[in-house]
Amino acid sequence: MSLKISDTISDIIVMTRRDILKYIRLPQLLVFNAMLNVVLLLLFNYVFGGAINTGGIKYVQYFLPGFLAQTVVFGSTQTSVGIAEDLSKGLIDRFRSLPMARSAFLTGRVLADAVRYAILIVLMIIVGSAIGFRFENGVGPVIAGIALIILFGIALTWVGVFIGISVKDTETAQVAGFVWVFPLVFASSLYVPIATMPSWLQVFANINPVTPMVDTIRALSLGMSVSSSLWKILAWEAAIILVFLPLALRRYRLLTQ
Amino acid sequence: MPESKERKFECTGASISAEGVSKRFGKVQALDKLSFKVDPGTVFALLGPNGSGKTTIVRILTTLLRPDSGTAHVGDYDVVREAQSVRSIIGLAGQYPAVDENLTGQENLGMIGQLYHLGRQKARTRSDELLEIFDLADAGNRRVKTYSGGMRRRLDLAATLVASPPILFLDEPTTGLDPRSRLGLWEVISQQSENCNTVFLTTQYLEEADRLANKIAIMDNGRILREGSPQELKDCCGGDTHVKIKVTDRTRTLEAVEALREFGKESVYGVPETGEISFPAIGGSSVLADVVRRMDAVGIELAELGLKQPTLDDVFLAITGHTTETTNQINNKEGNADSTKK
Repeated sequence: MSLKISDTISDIIVMTRRDILKYIRLPQLLVFNAMLNVVLLLLFNYVFGGAINTGGIKYVQYFLPGFLAQTVVFGSTQTSVGIAEDLSKGLIDRFRSLPMARSAFLTGRVLADAVRYAILIVLMIIVGSAIGFRFENGVGPVIAGIALIILFGIALTWVGVFIGISVKDTETAQVAGFVWVFPLVFASSLYVPIATMPSWLQVFANINPVTPMVDTIRALSLGMSVSSSLWKILAWEAAIILVFLPLALRRYRLLTQ
Repeated sequence: MPESKERKFECTGASISAEGVSKRFGKVQALDKLSFKVDPGTVFALLGPNGSGKTTIVRILTTLLRPDSGTAHVGDYDVVREAQSVRSIIGLAGQYPAVDENLTGQENLGMIGQLYHLGRQKARTRSDELLEIFDLADAGNRRVKTYSGGMRRRLDLAATLVASPPILFLDEPTTGLDPRSRLGLWEVISQQSENCNTVFLTTQYLEEADRLANKIAIMDNGRILREGSPQELKDCCGGDTHVKIKVTDRTRTLEAVEALREFGKESVYGVPETGEISFPAIGGSSVLADVVRRMDAVGIELAELGLKQPTLDDVFLAITGHTTETTNQINNKEGNADSTKK
């Protein structure tokens, strides 16, 4: 018996709705998440802003695009924790015993997280604007930029899902998330120009998908040509999804062992 | 009843069977070549202590777990090869309530209904109906977080009935319920078989199995030790009413056991640690007077005296020669099979 496409879509919507309702019913989760991001944004701007030479560009203009990317990178570690938590509860057994689409539980989670990222990113742009950040080129690049970051978030969230479903324990999931997230965020063009790093680290920073992500948003916001970084990040986003989505679904199916 | 109209199977169709199902978790053999058959429209009770493998077989039959070897069918579908078809005809209530705390009771049932693909409208109507049946109508719009344990249990059971599946799996459904809720649940289970639905339930209570089941299988260490109707089980395995006494001076327990055996009582079993003695009450309540006289004659004082419905322990004792507690101790040393789910 295989499922109709319309049933699969309906299942994914039902599961997405369930996860979004959680944010609505427990608003403190999202509120503190947002507060943390605002505090970090202000700290980075005023603490590092004077010290880092960004070649004449205002620091907020330089790092905010990357900060948006950082929000989704860190956000994906929360996904790991959330998935591990769901797996430790009896509810997962009920879902797995229902004739619903196998992919709906995980996909619903990823889509709900995409909504969470969208809210946080818009908030960051508003706060950033208050301290001097500008999208120089009007609405089009803003929307394109937000879409690219959310897609990046979706890709990384599949990595987070895979980790959560593999470790199955909330505390391990938390630590496991940080292991891969910190190098991605800091060894990139996000906070400082790559040219200031030791050469071996430059190699990693140039491969790091966060670098083309940040470069693309930065170019979009400054009204410059996005050049090759756009293709690089699109390729990265596609590659991460193509690898980790099937891996995560496979892990989900293997829960029967 | 509306569910009988929506049933996907005739009463003759939805059976459950297992042939040589085995499952191992590390060193623990959770299931050891388990075989049984459940007839359509009947209630089958798997009776056994913690760690006997009850939950493991439920998880295999509900497609949550694959067996290492052997095959199992639910309503003619193979649980491994046709798992998705199995899922569309079963309802599962696990050992712990599986409800979403952040949603209301109504939203929980509606969500399950949609995931069974009933359609939004039908899911909603059915949810309201079930909230009414399970005495949750007033709490339907409250978040489950605010529900008591008993209310969660009831909502959980309601969730298994949303799609009116022809086969229900209930894993220790009355554990932790107060006596009133337990009676209500028994009623619901009985109705299911009246409607021709098949119910597979696990329990630790002989009374529950006796009351609900057409067939009982007694399970220990991953094997079925004995299988039969409640009456057959009582006849073979000490399932009769017992006389239970407790001697005031525990050190004289064995002396009292000896005295009762001399008196012609069979299967007398004493526990020196507690001073408790029990044996089948053959001859009805007049046996109590006999016991008092006999104990008087040998000068042993009684702290308690009474008739007692048999428990799982008594049946276990008759079949295996040990009680469920000793089984648990053995199991705990090896690791508890039921808790090694993942």
